Amino acid sequence: MDGKEWVGSMTDFLLELRSEEIPARMQVKAKEDLARLFNDALLKAGLAAASVDTFATPRRLALIATGLPLATEAVSEETKGPKVGAPPQAMEGFLRKSGLSQDQLVERDGVHYAIVEKAGRQTADVLAEAIPAIIRAFPWPKSQRWGAASVSTESLRWVRPLQGIVALLGDAVVHCEIDGIVSGAETMGHRFHHSGPVIITNAGDYIEKLRVAHVLVHFSERCRIIRDGAKAAAEAAGLNLIEDEGLVIENAGLTEWPVPMLGRFDPAFLDVPQEVIQLTARVNQKYFVCHDSAGKLANAFVCTANIDAHDNGAAIVAGNEKVLAARLSDAKFFWEQDLKVALDTQAQKLAQITFHEKLGSVADKVERVAKLARWLVTEGIVTGATADAAERAARLCKADLVTGMVGEFPELQGIMGGYYARAQGESDAVADAIRDHYKPVGQGDDVPTAPVTVAVSLADKLDTLAQFFAAGMPPTGSKDPFALRRAAIGFLSLLLQNELRCSLKNMLVATGAGSSFDTLEEFLIDRLKVQQREAGVRHDLIDAVFSLGGEDDLVRLLARVKALQAYVTTSEGANLLAAYKRAANILKAVDGVDAAAPAPADLVREELALRTALEAAEPKAAAALSVEDFEGAMAALATLRAPIDAFFEGVMVNDPDQDKRAFRLGLLARFRDAVTQVADFSKIEG
Amino acid sequence: MSDVVPLSFQDLILTLHDYWGKQGCAILQPYDMEMGAGTFHTATTLRALGPDPWNAAFVQPSRRPTDGRYGENPNRLGAYYQYQVILKPSPPDLQDLYLGSLKAIGIDPLLHDIRFVEDDWESPTLGAWGLGWEVWCDGMEVTQFTYFQQMGGFDCKPVSGELTYGLERLAMYIQNKDSIFDLVYNNATADRPAVTYGDIFRENERQMSTYHFEVADTDMLFDAFKKATAECESCLQHALPIPAYEQAIKASHIFNILQARGVISVQERASYMGRVRDLAKGSCQAWMEKNGWAV
Repeated sequence: MDGKEWVGSMTDFLLELRSEEIPARMQVKAKEDLARLFNDALLKAGLAAASVDTFATPRRLALIATGLPLATEAVSEETKGPKVGAPPQAMEGFLRKSGLSQDQLVERDGVHYAIVEKAGRQTADVLAEAIPAIIRAFPWPKSQRWGAASVSTESLRWVRPLQGIVALLGDAVVHCEIDGIVSGAETMGHRFHHSGPVIITNAGDYIEKLRVAHVLVHFSERCRIIRDGAKAAAEAAGLNLIEDEGLVIENAGLTEWPVPMLGRFDPAFLDVPQEVIQLTARVNQKYFVCHDSAGKLANAFVCTANIDAHDNGAAIVAGNEKVLAARLSDAKFFWEQDLKVALDTQAQKLAQITFHEKLGSVADKVERVAKLARWLVTEGIVTGATADAAERAARLCKADLVTGMVGEFPELQGIMGGYYARAQGESDAVADAIRDHYKPVGQGDDVPTAPVTVAVSLADKLDTLAQFFAAGMPPTGSKDPFALRRAAIGFLSLLLQNELRCSLKNMLVATGAGSSFDTLEEFLIDRLKVQQREAGVRHDLIDAVFSLGGEDDLVRLLARVKALQAYVTTSEGANLLAAYKRAANILKAVDGVDAAAPAPADLVREELALRTALEAAEPKAAAALSVEDFEGAMAALATLRAPIDAFFEGVMVNDPDQDKRAFRLGLLARFRDAVTQVADFSKIEG
Repeated sequence: MSDVVPLSFQDLILTLHDYWGKQGCAILQPYDMEMGAGTFHTATTLRALGPDPWNAAFVQPSRRPTDGRYGENPNRLGAYYQYQVILKPSPPDLQDLYLGSLKAIGIDPLLHDIRFVEDDWESPTLGAWGLGWEVWCDGMEVTQFTYFQQMGGFDCKPVSGELTYGLERLAMYIQNKDSIFDLVYNNATADRPAVTYGDIFRENERQMSTYHFEVADTDMLFDAFKKATAECESCLQHALPIPAYEQAIKASHIFNILQARGVISVQERASYMGRVRDLAKGSCQAWMEKNGWAV
């Protein structure tokens, strides 16, 4: 064949790594990792595919690459050597390195070059090397050894025992072997629906041959069947499926041939809080649940089987119904037992649970949180709540940790406490506060606004932060074992969204955890920058306001930062900033500037104008600041922009005349100080 | 399944014995000590160590004092039966062998949904872990399937495959019963009536629950725990790994009763478990040394 045709010869490649069941949660990432490792291997060999598609089922991880050349192109590599006439040692060294003799070198422009022709490699050879390398390098979150080979701890590791490799380039097997597993063209179909091997011809018939063998290799196809099928099963029963994409993906990772089916449970279980039913169904059984037409939880679920059963699934549904019933009766038992014990009694048991070995029991924490919640209300920081309600809710907020239900389902902490509180006759405000006091859990979660809830939630987070920092256990690097970053984000969100006005320092002192909170304050400001980044607030502007000192009311601080940002991002603001930097630079170079230096007799127009502007702007800015009118303060500063620009334009500051110079420097100092009332402009970037 | 009489509880065991016996497993008897799971049997713990092939199957009565419910919960027992199979090294067709055992006891995989769902096994008291699955049958966990990676803190060389069937659950499934106590234990003959699981064990559940939750003398138990740990250490000094390990099993069970009595605080719990783990690890190490395997 001629060269042109040869270059144009492309083919497709199929790789299937078949194993025992791969955990559902790992399959999506495994697809990405396979594509990445494969592409890296191609790139290293100088190959590229037109497309790379990956597939995952519980029993296989596969890849199809299209448009692969049959061989890599020949390349000639040129290496520059010594100049003509260079010392013989240099030439010897170069020849040794390049493996050539001197007469094989090429001379050009007085320099020797070594030219090595590298022949193209067969793609099949490249792949035969790449496959074992990919398998050995595969980054499974957890992997294992197995079988006879595992007498050595160096034996092959895979997520579960690896059983077979299909590797086909075009119609030809790419021969490779790893730990006794030899590549071939044979795979297996569905574990129960298909017996005997499935022989694959090439990448082109892989998907369809497996479909015939009851395996849907496309992850997304299985997702679609589960999503649509579950919905349809619910609708056929006059119900609405509660959609849950996480469950769709999980069930797709547990099936090669998904079949969603509706089952029922005894409506008597609906007495149990619906969160419990939903959680049992979802977490333990991977079932979807449904709403009835009135929007209430229905006594139905949708499970996803992995077979088309002889009896259309009757036995499977019956079996799943029984399992769920057993789980729900367990839950009902816990619910009924827990209802018999008052939360106050449960709360006493918290003395047995360690919060942290250095920070006492959970009961100790509750005591601190109760005091702090009361203080937040009596100080008027949280308004609209009674101090008694805040304290009551705080005293009961952790009591559900010792209930049977939360012991079984830790995810229901708070939620169960809310139910038990309501059942024992606590007010809605108290019950809601118990239910919601863990919120917000990280950024994006709902931020409570009900006053009692805000008091308890804020007190809880504040206590955690203050205690851990006071005990010398701040988060370090990637390590944050006590989730203090999340607590900080929760604390800040509560404060800002509810516009709670208080000095941060006062709040920290009120925790009773100590007297010095510099590291914690810095940490919180740091978190504030992270939290506000999403809202587009600039971190340097937060620094510019915070570093003035004295501003630790975070609501006010942020209002100031926002006004500042609105101004400095205008062209006028940018000019003022530039003027500030120029003034600050000049002033930095001189000692003993007196802002009140007397005016010489013959003031020039620009000096006069700036002085007049300063005299007007200074009190205006101060007055605006005193009533927290930060836009007003910015507006006052804005009046300085034209005069300061004109001043720099028309006046030479470093005048030979001492008096003139002193006065001009004084004017600049006044300008700088006026600006600095509002923010430390030296911290502003740009 | 519907046209066949489902297996009684004892026939379920006999069928599994027959099946695994034919696969070359030695059918052993239960270990004659109180323990929380079949994994504690020396046939699993100690035999999972070292290079020698080992294939065995046995029923192990398993005691979980805290799970006792006075015989009133249809799904929970303070004492139950595990069927355990261990194959070393793990054979390449272990999953198929296992599925064959399900067919043998009457579960048709084209009528019932059998699934291998990720569940990594770890025993903090044995210093052991492995990867595997819980096997689901129509959503019910019927077996724990594990490839042991470490035992007593030592790498398993080679890896064993371990299957642990929950016999009561399987029987409830096969017999279609809603309560453990209604399980048919054996089949009636013309002149001898059948007995149920409840006939045999309900009273044990009642009395043992009362004992574990209300009566057990905690001072005596704390003392017994101390004595068992001391005895274990003494055995280790005499290079007697098997009696040492028996004392570790004893300490573990005493700890479980103390837990049920609610006298071990959360803080203390970890430290007690750590002591049992040290005993178990020490026994495993002594076993390795006794056999001349590198530790």
